[in-house]
Amino acid sequence: MRFFKIITAVAFGLLMAIPAAEAKDFNAETFTLKNGLQVVVIPDHRTPVVTHMIWYKFGAADEPRGKSGIAHFVERLLFRGTTHVPDGQFSLIVKKLGGNENAFTTPDYTAFYQDVALPHLPRVMEMEADRMTNLVLDDDQVAAERQTNIEERRERIDAVPQAAFQEQLRSVLFINHPYSTPAIGWRHELEGLTRDDAMTTYKTWYAPNNAILVVSGDITAEELKPLAEKYYGDIPVAEVPERNRPLPAPLVANMQVVYKDPQVGVPLVIKAYRAPRGSDALELLTEIAGGGMSSRLYKDLVIDQHLAVSGGTDYDPISFNDTSFSLYASPAPGVSVQKLEAALDQEAAKLADAGVTPEELKSAQHRLIATRFYYLDSLQGPAILFGRALASGFDISYLENWTDRIGKLTVPDVNKAAKTLFAPESIPVTGFLLPSGATASVQNKEPLTPPPSFTGGER
Amino acid sequence: MMKNFIILLVLIATFAPSAFADSSKVLDVQKLKTPAGIEVWLVQDKTIPVISMSYSFDGGLAYDPDDKPGVGRLVSILLDEGAGDMTGQEFQSSLADNSIDMKFTAGRDAFYGRLKTLKANKDVSFHLLALALNKPRFDGDAIERLRNANVTVIREDMADPDWLVEHSFNGMVFEGHPYGAPALGTLDSMTKITKQDLLDYVHAQFGRDGLKVTIAGDLSREEATKAVDDVFATLPAQAEQLDEKAPEFKSTGKTIMLPINAPQTYISVGEAGLKRTDKDWAAATIINYILGGNSADARLTREMHKKRGLTSVVTSTLTGMKHAGVIQASFTADNGKVAEGLQALRQEWTRLATDGATDEEVQAAKAYLTGSLPLELTSTSSISDHLNELQREGLDSDYINQRNAAINAVTTPDVKRVSARLLKPDNLTTIIVGQPPGFSADIMLDHPPGMAVPQQK
Repeated sequence: MRFFKIITAVAFGLLMAIPAAEAKDFNAETFTLKNGLQVVVIPDHRTPVVTHMIWYKFGAADEPRGKSGIAHFVERLLFRGTTHVPDGQFSLIVKKLGGNENAFTTPDYTAFYQDVALPHLPRVMEMEADRMTNLVLDDDQVAAERQTNIEERRERIDAVPQAAFQEQLRSVLFINHPYSTPAIGWRHELEGLTRDDAMTTYKTWYAPNNAILVVSGDITAEELKPLAEKYYGDIPVAEVPERNRPLPAPLVANMQVVYKDPQVGVPLVIKAYRAPRGSDALELLTEIAGGGMSSRLYKDLVIDQHLAVSGGTDYDPISFNDTSFSLYASPAPGVSVQKLEAALDQEAAKLADAGVTPEELKSAQHRLIATRFYYLDSLQGPAILFGRALASGFDISYLENWTDRIGKLTVPDVNKAAKTLFAPESIPVTGFLLPSGATASVQNKEPLTPPPSFTGGER
Repeated sequence: MMKNFIILLVLIATFAPSAFADSSKVLDVQKLKTPAGIEVWLVQDKTIPVISMSYSFDGGLAYDPDDKPGVGRLVSILLDEGAGDMTGQEFQSSLADNSIDMKFTAGRDAFYGRLKTLKANKDVSFHLLALALNKPRFDGDAIERLRNANVTVIREDMADPDWLVEHSFNGMVFEGHPYGAPALGTLDSMTKITKQDLLDYVHAQFGRDGLKVTIAGDLSREEATKAVDDVFATLPAQAEQLDEKAPEFKSTGKTIMLPINAPQTYISVGEAGLKRTDKDWAAATIINYILGGNSADARLTREMHKKRGLTSVVTSTLTGMKHAGVIQASFTADNGKVAEGLQALRQEWTRLATDGATDEEVQAAKAYLTGSLPLELTSTSSISDHLNELQREGLDSDYINQRNAAINAVTTPDVKRVSARLLKPDNLTTIIVGQPPGFSADIMLDHPPGMAVPQQK
């Protein structure tokens, strides 16, 4: 569309010669400011817009014990005022620029973003840099926000059976690791969060040397650098603690999480295993086992055995600590959840014992490699990918070499990962989400949508 | 030498944008006509080897038989389950092996489809789509499997308060019209639909006369023309004509309650709005933004959330359809705050209808609505979907480039005039899903409209 600007990108790419790695899936450019702020730029010159994101390497799993929800609470409070931007004005100013903005907190990071037309980029950079250090809070604001925060928890978790169920299941799966605590926080702890808690957290973790700036859109690193230096360059370095998290305790008992609610239309069965982070082999395994209507689980359980109406697997390699790999399905009419659970166990055993076929692997490799282009065909897609990966302790080459690594994996590589994942000593947590009053054989239900994962194409 | 050459390129490039960029143009939309007579809008972009094709056939819900809602829905989930010589599994494997994203949706006014694929796989992609649309198999085992899958979605919806409130609104307001029918079908209709119903639906609706095709991505004019005819030229020249009528709004001014067992109450309130082709559409989009649009400063948000804490989120939406429009607001509330929430909402509805908006509000709305347009057009699929909707509504291919001027031309007095035309608090239909204590309704439902649960066997 804008031919000359595309040449700019190509030419600068050659001149600047800052390859993040040999292979370049996303052609990201990167530099680091003197105060330690890492900057990543993913040029996309098709439309004169940018997404501007700041990612803090601080999430709910870094919270002190007894203060669950403080990371998300601070995220909310950053929309109040600073010494320069009056209370509640941040979002309104972005809207008046024609922009969209929001923020999100997960166990591993806190992120803020604004999507704006290119000419408005300096203004949102100025405001985002401002709230990295200049937050102003009084007790009344904190009290009001605390109520809204509890309300948010009620609406998003307590009133949504799928979410409440997932929350309980994770609390068991990650016993002793902070992933067992929900990112939004437990209600009784949210009620006790104070202004001091918020300010201490903010001053401890919000610093340029603990953040990553990701900009994707109609801009190059060369063009962004002076802006980054101008707005973020003078923010002082702060001493930021190590992200030391206790390890999960071993799972030695068979644990079941059973959740019943009248708002559940049809049941869901989940087998959740602990799994390593950043495993390319498991990304391929989840694609083969549960990636859509030509996957193992769908073919076996839905088409051939008529035991389920839907089913799949879920694994997201981008995580700061080791994570989970889940198999899930919803029963066909008249099939008991116990029978379906046995069938899921059977699938896991089959993958561990017989492994995957060369045809399955090849097809999955093609699909994953293609997702690179689907990521590039979006403004936020690659920016979120880089933000998540870097804030979770991966480096740029993890993403830039991704398709190269995926393409080189062999059947034995994937089979070895499957064998370890489903080894006899690896005990899964079993979850049953059931309609109220349901007995062992009730009707079925569409599965909850798993969280967006690296392997998902379009967000 | 090489280095100098690159620097020269950089210099040219650095100065180029200001000299060449046409900032008034959002998208360069080319209008093509294929030899088979199909109109195609094309936005070419060769930077990423991805192609998105969005297309739609006139009709949608109106083609579902009255006593069998959900036929279109079943067609939409069965078209990729085998076609021509390919079994369902062969078809699915080919989609998966070639990373093809093929989607179908039975909408209110049209049957929509979208194909997203890599340029390298375009031939096989268009071939599969041609098979799906021209020679769907509807094999018995696939019908049974996806009928079951759809029943589970219906059951899930019927337990989901957000869906219940939305469907109850449409079901009551558009009672007796296809717009009010349950689009996914009912537990009852799912037991009755036959293979012949699916075939009849396809033959009646998939004609070239009601077809609109939009393509965005890495495809030339010639390639686009050929691809479109390869897929669509063998379809019948004309779809079966339906006697479509505009709906009469029902339950106007009424409060309707569907009691469910939930910790909070789900509320939707709305009335007749405008069609997209209405001369006041641009003003209406501004009014909707001021009333309850995507801003912390929207009036409903300010009054109901910030000032009075009656809800954590309240939004309004403006929906333009072929035969009707709706303006509607939705929120959830504690069971004890429903009456107060509704009162606050009506008060804001009335205030805007009577006094209009301030210059400052109108300016802020225009700034957001015009500034955010390019943000909606950042992928090939968002471009092709967005444009296909404009094409479907009979708007000009350059409409996207004139849209911001239309917004900017709206004045504060226009907003006042159109607010009075659009917002009539006495006409509001109110849907309450939940059990707010002591709250009385004009109509009590015991099941979602048109969705009686069949007797258990």
